[in-house]
Amino acid sequence: MPKEGILDPQGRAVKDILNEAGFDVKNVRIGKVVEVEADFLDNLNTMVENYIINPLIEDYEIL
Amino acid sequence: MKIGICVFPGSNCDYDTYYIVKDILQEDAELLDYTTRNLEHLDAVILPGGFSFGDYLRPGALASKTPLGETIMNFASKGRYVLGICNGFQILTELGLLPGALLPNDNDKFICRRVNLVVENVFTAFTKKIEEKEVITLPIAHHDGRFYAPQDMLEDIEQNSQVVLRYHEENPNGSLNRIAGVCNKSGNVVGMMPHPERISEDILGGLDGLKIWHSLIA
Repeated sequence: MPKEGILDPQGRAVKDILNEAGFDVKNVRIGKVVEVEADFLDNLNTMVENYIINPLIEDYEIL
Repeated sequence: MKIGICVFPGSNCDYDTYYIVKDILQEDAELLDYTTRNLEHLDAVILPGGFSFGDYLRPGALASKTPLGETIMNFASKGRYVLGICNGFQILTELGLLPGALLPNDNDKFICRRVNLVVENVFTAFTKKIEEKEVITLPIAHHDGRFYAPQDMLEDIEQNSQVVLRYHEENPNGSLNRIAGVCNKSGNVVGMMPHPERISEDILGGLDGLKIWHSLIA
């Protein structure tokens, strides 16, 4: 997900459309789901922080 | 001078840049495959514009993890010259060689036009033949050029004079402090969103790009 406080123009465009359609949404932010299939569970955070996200601009959650 | 031009899958300004180096500057030019780790014989490396790896994940993210991307870290640490143009700038920030990140333009549009830029730092490898505060005109062509850095990093960048180019009297993409280009602390690595290779011949409508190239080979 884009970090809190960072402008997300895609989210803003979707919010505008939803508002126009009559849905009273306050904010929309758009992130990504990266589905990874693997047999290991160790070093997952290291892998994500070094290869999947940019910690300067994005937060993540492992589900 | 021996100058390498990176070719990642999806680079599309690689041959324009090669042409400038070889035919306009008449320097030794070499295209570098993204799998190479051999840069020892080069004085400078240019990461050209384009959409490396289709901008998948984030612009520049995947290119920064290739053998060539990783080798550029070591190349830069020896003080050799590295220039990232547009997508090349995005790759250099993803590598961590340059501070900050490039986010989608605040209007979420692809912007393709000329802009005026103030040259703020004339001590880098790519601006040393330009006058301080000189205004130059270069084209931009990007969707993800909004320079961003967290507040403390932004203050460091300004205090260390790492801003190389600033948009003049406008802010086309919502960049913080109107930043269009930055350098590392020693000035041998520069990244910029504008495309000097597209405006280095009269027939293409201008020569301001040459100021960047002449700084490099001076």
